[in-house]
Amino acid sequence: MDKILTASLEWVDTRFPLTKMWNEHLAQYYAPKNFNMWYYFGSLALVLLVLQIFTGIFLAVNYKPDATMAFASVEHIMRDIDYGWLIRYMHSTGASFFFIVIYLHMFRALLYGSYKKPRELLWIIGMFIYACLMAESFLGYLLPWGQMSFWGAQVIISLFGAIPYVGEDLAVWIRGDYVIGDATLNRFFVYHVVLVPILLLALAAVHIIALHEVGSNNPDGIEIKKNKDPKTGIPLDGIPFHPYYTVKDIVGVTVFLILFCTVIFYAPEMGGYFLEHNNFFPADPMKTPEHIEPSWYFTPFYAILRAVPDKFLGVIAMGASIVVLFFLPWLDRSPVKSIRYKGWIFKMALGLFIVSFFGLAYLGMQPSTPIKTNFAQIFTTMYFAFFLLMPWYSKIDKTKPVPERVTD
Amino acid sequence: MSSTANVAGTKNTAEIQDKSKRRFLVAATAGVGAVGAGFAAVPFVMSLRPSAKTQAAGAPVEIDISKMEMGQLLIVEWRGKPVWIVRRTENSLADLPSLNSKLSDPDSEVTSQQPDYAKNPARAIKPEYLVVIGICTHLGCSPTYIKKGAAAGNDIDDDWKGGFFCPCHGSKFDLAGRVYKGVPAPTNLVVPPYIYLSNTRILVGADSSKGVA
Repeated sequence: MDKILTASLEWVDTRFPLTKMWNEHLAQYYAPKNFNMWYYFGSLALVLLVLQIFTGIFLAVNYKPDATMAFASVEHIMRDIDYGWLIRYMHSTGASFFFIVIYLHMFRALLYGSYKKPRELLWIIGMFIYACLMAESFLGYLLPWGQMSFWGAQVIISLFGAIPYVGEDLAVWIRGDYVIGDATLNRFFVYHVVLVPILLLALAAVHIIALHEVGSNNPDGIEIKKNKDPKTGIPLDGIPFHPYYTVKDIVGVTVFLILFCTVIFYAPEMGGYFLEHNNFFPADPMKTPEHIEPSWYFTPFYAILRAVPDKFLGVIAMGASIVVLFFLPWLDRSPVKSIRYKGWIFKMALGLFIVSFFGLAYLGMQPSTPIKTNFAQIFTTMYFAFFLLMPWYSKIDKTKPVPERVTD
Repeated sequence: MSSTANVAGTKNTAEIQDKSKRRFLVAATAGVGAVGAGFAAVPFVMSLRPSAKTQAAGAPVEIDISKMEMGQLLIVEWRGKPVWIVRRTENSLADLPSLNSKLSDPDSEVTSQQPDYAKNPARAIKPEYLVVIGICTHLGCSPTYIKKGAAAGNDIDDDWKGGFFCPCHGSKFDLAGRVYKGVPAPTNLVVPPYIYLSNTRILVGADSSKGVA
């Protein structure tokens, strides 16, 4: 039996680099031995990507991308299809968890300087994944054709209308109609199930290839490739990804699934945060709901949009709040990567950034009042100051010496 | 290739000349390819525009206003958008000029926001009836009608004379659809083309100057 298997593998290996790829990316990919809890979120993001595609296929089987049938077809999935409710709740909860995991994954990079040289491109590829993820969730949000779907899409597509000269024509081109209608729903469905998933899968693959080229960062921000065993050429602080980290990640997935299933079975709407109450009313182009808010994962950026009392500048500020993240590798001038060896200025700046991010997230969910707008303006300033002042404060910050080898 | 270079005797120059030809060919091929790709993209980009059927849709809508009461708001759908008709009282019309200092464009100077026949203090053919598209000029929400003296009005303005408030981003409009200063909406609400077919019937989407819009 063993002989047959070995022979089969050899047969494949002479025709496709199976063993070579297995070794390069798993069995002989040496990751730093000092990974901590923050390093679960990359593999969890991959799990969620697969889960969303898998559940999405089953939803698409019964969904109808037609303005007259879409809302009813979602109700049909929820009520008449066997386990349709479960598959839909997995997909809708999965969307929110995807953002939780991605935000934690990005925050990990911020903590340990994983975007710094030589991982600038890795960070930028990751930012493209984040941008695609935002597009994907926005497109998917229109599909249930509820009140929040309709008016959320109306507001977001109108953002393009703020661009001088070409804006209005661009918005019409995106919608395929002068208002959000059947044409918009049909194309958003196609983008959501075909176009963006292909981009996401390709970018995820490119992200992993880039990661395995430069090697993983670690909580100490030390390049383990600098200390290799002179005989084997293997980093002294590295351990093979498989079996060490595959086993560790299984623990992460287990804990994740416990939390994930708890939400699916006990709080799939999450008090209106994961599935908004207004979306249980069919889309009505004649009436905007009293209070509209985007999904929770967009609220920080939405609050920035509302903080600026000018249509065009508001859109610019919101766009800039995401674009600035792409430049992070060149904004950080600190000689060290990890927060463990950075000084009090960076720690304080990061603390203020966290406050501003959560503050904006909260304000984005609230109806706007003059006082709340003032707070949103303060938090917006803090948000941008964290990035735009970084070249200055990261340079004068007093850092600690970084050890030669990783600590445990 | 190296043998030809040796024959020529000057190996280095020969290589440089070869490269410049090659570079030209690569650039020319890429250029032609890019132009071709550009042309090929046209049908795909154009296919995403509103179809001929969509463009033809949007026939004018006839509205009966005979049963409207003072201060009432009537909403009808035209081209998928809400069109509001408000029957304004003498008092509300008298209030309009007093708001001018609080507004961005009190005299309707932005020509794209109304037909010429609605460029007047009441922004209407007949001052009694306001006809506007009920879509906020900020990001397309439909504002809420809040009458003068309503409790909600106090939160919006100390001296609320009635008008429209957008729940999405807090833009304010008066009873002629004119936008207040210091709100995100940049322009007044759009007045659609319309004509009076009789004293009690309005046709939205057509006017006497251009016919059906």
